Amino acid sequence: MHSILKKPVKIDHYETTGILQQSALTTAGTMMIPSFLKAYELDQMNVDPTGSKILVVVQLSGGNDGLNTVVPFRNDIYYRERPTLAIAREKVLALNDEVGFNPALEPLKALYDDGLVKVINNVGYPNPDRSHFRSMDIWQTASSSDQYLNTGWVGRYLDATCSGPGGCAQHRAIEVDDTLSLTMKGNLVNGLALLNPKKLYNQTRDGMIKELSDNSYPETHSNAGYLYKTLAETVSSAAYVYNKSAKPVHRTMGAYPSLELGKRLKTVSELIQSDTTTRVYYVSISGFDTHVKQTGQQERLLRQYAEAVKAFMGDMKSTNRQNDVLVMTFSEFGRRVKENASNGTDHGTANSVFLVGGGLSGTRSERVYDQAPDLHNLDMGDLKFTIDFRSIYATLLEDWLGADDVAILGKKFPKLSLL
Amino acid sequence: MENISKSEQLQHLYWRAGFGATHEHLLKENRPVKTVVKEMLTQSSFQPLVVVDINQFKSDKTLKKLVTNRKPDREAIKMRIKGNAGLIRDLNVLWIEKMASGKDVLREKMALFWHGHFACRVLNPAAVQRYLNTIRTHALSNFADLLMAVSKEPAMLQFLNNQQNRKDAPNENFAREVMELFTLGRASGSYTEEDIKDAARAFTGWGYNLRGEFTFRKNRHDDGLKTILGQTGHFEGEDVIRLLLEKKQTARFVAGKIYQFLVSEQTENPEAETRIKGLAERFYKSGYDIARLLDDILTSDWFFETSVRGNRIKSPVELLVGIQHSLGLVFQQKQSLIFIQRTLGQVLLYPPNVAGWPGGRNWIDSSSLLFRMKLPDLILRSHAVTLQPKQDGDVNTELLARRGGDLMQVEINWDAFEKSFSGVGSDHLADALAAYLIQQPLGKTQRALILQTAGSSARVERIKNLTAALMALPEYQLC
Repeated sequence: MHSILKKPVKIDHYETTGILQQSALTTAGTMMIPSFLKAYELDQMNVDPTGSKILVVVQLSGGNDGLNTVVPFRNDIYYRERPTLAIAREKVLALNDEVGFNPALEPLKALYDDGLVKVINNVGYPNPDRSHFRSMDIWQTASSSDQYLNTGWVGRYLDATCSGPGGCAQHRAIEVDDTLSLTMKGNLVNGLALLNPKKLYNQTRDGMIKELSDNSYPETHSNAGYLYKTLAETVSSAAYVYNKSAKPVHRTMGAYPSLELGKRLKTVSELIQSDTTTRVYYVSISGFDTHVKQTGQQERLLRQYAEAVKAFMGDMKSTNRQNDVLVMTFSEFGRRVKENASNGTDHGTANSVFLVGGGLSGTRSERVYDQAPDLHNLDMGDLKFTIDFRSIYATLLEDWLGADDVAILGKKFPKLSLL
Repeated sequence: MENISKSEQLQHLYWRAGFGATHEHLLKENRPVKTVVKEMLTQSSFQPLVVVDINQFKSDKTLKKLVTNRKPDREAIKMRIKGNAGLIRDLNVLWIEKMASGKDVLREKMALFWHGHFACRVLNPAAVQRYLNTIRTHALSNFADLLMAVSKEPAMLQFLNNQQNRKDAPNENFAREVMELFTLGRASGSYTEEDIKDAARAFTGWGYNLRGEFTFRKNRHDDGLKTILGQTGHFEGEDVIRLLLEKKQTARFVAGKIYQFLVSEQTENPEAETRIKGLAERFYKSGYDIARLLDDILTSDWFFETSVRGNRIKSPVELLVGIQHSLGLVFQQKQSLIFIQRTLGQVLLYPPNVAGWPGGRNWIDSSSLLFRMKLPDLILRSHAVTLQPKQDGDVNTELLARRGGDLMQVEINWDAFEKSFSGVGSDHLADALAAYLIQQPLGKTQRALILQTAGSSARVERIKNLTAALMALPEYQLC
């Protein structure tokens, strides 16, 4: 029941630690892994031929106002359309001659100056949907706007890499939260949701759960078999992550903001330092739906975000993982160019996406990808996209995670030179 | 029919055609299954669910009039929108409680199906209420009537942008979904982009007025020639619906989805394909009579096969309502009902998109499974709730993610429940409860674990403990 791999898989080079080292299964050079091994044992080997790069996705829920995040401070239309909300030119933290960060992003600006940040402008998709849940659906499933998918892009990444070492283990993608987003759901396997390793571990030791998961279930009733398989994998992954993270190796030196996002990125930092085989982490922060009195609310959230990311990257640097980790930040849409009558903004379309990490390519002038949004040429008051978000996914999947982007996204999207 | 006990047949029927039956009811019911099905189909009477005066439909339109100092008063508008979300939540709770009442179960079960089929999500409570009562009215009657009525619902017209569909600027959203999701199905390949374009032109002018009534705005209608599904004419919206119903594929698609909902998710095998083909033929011949289709399914021998029974993953709503109904359980704080739906991923009246909830194994992941298995502790043993569902980012739906207190307060009619087991000796209690709560044989390990949890306490406590333990099993997630 616990079988992850249907048949033995060959692995040519490996480092063994723990259980398998003393095992009779180990033979010189090549090792046969029998099908009964669980995710836990598989991961003890810690081998991944696709490399050790890690992607951290930060979701800003509610539709972050991109124009007040990456401010087009030389644009008169921006100041004309936003008499109350526009950020004064002198306050903007300039990135180049055209755009600059909201002052609340000062910690992010420091990372930018260190060459660790890439800002991608004008990201969106054709026929944009201005509803929160639908647009988030589209970003999470990487679908077109007239397509409804039941799996997310990270879930399908797990599917596509199931036959590798680590197999289909849930913990290859972890969402730091109590519930799992659609992004993390695949056809063969789902990612693992945990707010922290101990909490999940305790949940799997509650009541009859552990005993039930030890009990293999006959295949006669297929859905019962599926539930027991999911349970066994959850218990196994929870134990794996908990045991790994219990080792006192963490150096979370960074000053994380004590708010939710800070706590969650701190957990991600600890898990990365625990050397789990997790390749993708997912965290989200809500509150960006700023129809009313936007300024204070957005600045508070952006500051929290920037401080958390700075502390996180500080940890990565001090543990020599800076070049292995990439943080991608997105929101389901940007907001309308023109401010509304209550010091807020309404739902819009294209937006900027941030990449933060040590593995970014390009010179200083290339750290802002694509020109500033064109405020002359709008679609019913909204920005037009020039970069399909799935091109970013495709680039991250293939160039960063070493996965088959076409299989995962269902079609070929032109890649960007980001990494 | 396979050799299974009458009680097993009835339990299966009630779980699939409703939300389970009480133990008391199962003991009393002595009529043949066919008679029970007939009664479910014919003795049901429609009662509207009401939380808002339907005349308040226009309140959404008058939002713009909430003006102070010649500027729209955004705070007042915000308050109104929050109030609206509260009313939709009340309607959700009212519907859940109606399902849990055990009355008109098949109507409510099918309304739940149609809610997923004609998925729709808007912010105006009067429009939501109208839409819900429309799918409930027609839930068991005729699919042609249901399709026409839903297509003319202001909620649907708004959700799929037909209010903006006019001859000089056609909007294809409704025309596309009516073919892709409501009738022919995307995979069928039985329509083209050209069909959608011309169907959208035929639907131009369909809209609603300030009183929340369907209107045909002739001046916005494109009355030119259209070619749809091989036929040419000066078609209007009603003609498109008629043309779609003429296609046998519509009967096949809808019968297939109902088969998935009531019988099995697995439809890609020769056996299921033959069954669905037969069901669709008869559904089409009957002129889309839903009740006849349901009778066809619920009284067939294969509906009661071992491979079918106990093999359907309950949706969050089926799980929640099933627990309520089985135990006569009432939540003191209605927010608990919303919290559970939200945490498990199915909030009534808030479907994820127009395609509805994916269902089946999509309900299950590590966290939803652990929460399902913890739920009996939270409800029946007052354990503290320690998790928090996500915000969906929309400032207007924040109240849906609220927990409503760390402890769930419920009232349970344990006396009635206990009484229904009074004929069972202490040694057989666990097996009798398992036979009632679990729709498949209980494994040895599971049985031993259940007995361990129950301890050797007094009979009432024992019944409570056994029930909570059985409901925490993976098997309880199935029906």
